[in-house]
Amino acid sequence: MTSPHQGASVGQGSFVVELTTFNGPLDLLLSLIRDEKVDIYDIPIAHICKQFLAKMHELAMNDAADYLEMAARLLRIKAQMLLPRHEGEVQWDDPRAELVRRLLEYQQMREVVDVLERLGEDRRNRFARAWTPTLSAPPQAPLALSLAELLVAVDRVIRSVKQPGVHDVVPRAIDVDGAIAIVRALLALRASARWRDVVRDDAEPWEVLSALLALLELARRSELKLAQNRPFSDVEIRRELAGEAA
Amino acid sequence: MNSLAKLLEAALFASPRPIPTDELRALDADASKAAVQSALDELREHYNVDGHGVELVEQGGGWQVLTRPEYTEAIERAQMAVRPHRLSGAALETLAIIAYRQPIGRADIAEIRGVDVGAILKSLLERGLVDVVARGEGLGRPLLYGTTPLFLEQFALRHLEELPRIDELSIALRSSEPATAPATAPVPAVSAA
Repeated sequence: MTSPHQGASVGQGSFVVELTTFNGPLDLLLSLIRDEKVDIYDIPIAHICKQFLAKMHELAMNDAADYLEMAARLLRIKAQMLLPRHEGEVQWDDPRAELVRRLLEYQQMREVVDVLERLGEDRRNRFARAWTPTLSAPPQAPLALSLAELLVAVDRVIRSVKQPGVHDVVPRAIDVDGAIAIVRALLALRASARWRDVVRDDAEPWEVLSALLALLELARRSELKLAQNRPFSDVEIRRELAGEAA
Repeated sequence: MNSLAKLLEAALFASPRPIPTDELRALDADASKAAVQSALDELREHYNVDGHGVELVEQGGGWQVLTRPEYTEAIERAQMAVRPHRLSGAALETLAIIAYRQPIGRADIAEIRGVDVGAILKSLLERGLVDVVARGEGLGRPLLYGTTPLFLEQFALRHLEELPRIDELSIALRSSEPATAPATAPVPAVSAA
């Protein structure tokens, strides 16, 4: 049995992860009918049912209720077709008729999905002037950053610091306690401050690091809250009342 | 550009949603429908000919100024705007069924798709693409769903009639009323007993 829907043919008993290849039992059934090139109005039920079960097994979907229900339905249709029909009976309702109707209906809908997919993708690539979040804003896309951009950003930080001084031995290690004292003193005067208030423009690297660690430490002790409203914007530091009370 | 075109441009800039032609007419009591239409044409032409990063598009039941697709990636990279997530195949199937059969209940959608659609319906509701539009007559008065204006907007449709008609699809159901009557499809090739 060939399976054009999957990249590689899957060996017996191997683990398959492409559970979402099919959007449901009707999808699977339709693809079987296409692959086997059978007339949708004259489906060889026994044959297709066998293929269906084999595919279910192959895709490790033995426990998917919707697929099991379809398998049971196929077997029932087969059983109905085996029932003897009396000679001269006026009308015989093909037990496959309902299945054929559902398959055609589903196939029709798949065609509409293709149209929607094309239209939606086109529209997705255009922004309106004010994209207003409707009910809940979708989570931000993960930050895509190339190595070059990262290095440029690092370079910018180092440049902004006065004289990197690669050869100088830093006379004192990072002074987190000192920075904590500075931040506390600042927040004693004002309810909120910004990163720029804590770190001078010409700060040494160790001062920048001390300030950063101090802010993180104080945030951990819930003495203050940190917020950055937009990517790359200035960091806001707010006094946390709960921390004061504690 | 004439002054009406400029007025329309300002209104389109100010509105977060597409504005229908009829509503644009309210901007200027003296403007005829034809005048608004020709001003819109002028504005669209202005964007196209002079080479702008945005263009005037009619969709989602009205007119809207949208960025051109070639700038999307740069804008998204700079995190100034984020594209909505792509819908899954299952979500698109559900949406297609609702678009064509609205108002329709959950059970009927599941019947067509062959799988339960509870979770997908919920996410479509959250994204504002569908909404409860009525209640059915049947047992338990089931909620019936329909598409929203946002659906039109996100699929660049002017109105629902712009979707391909059922008889335009290559696989048209032979039954004349597929929407309501699950009539037995004709089954010609039945081998005689």
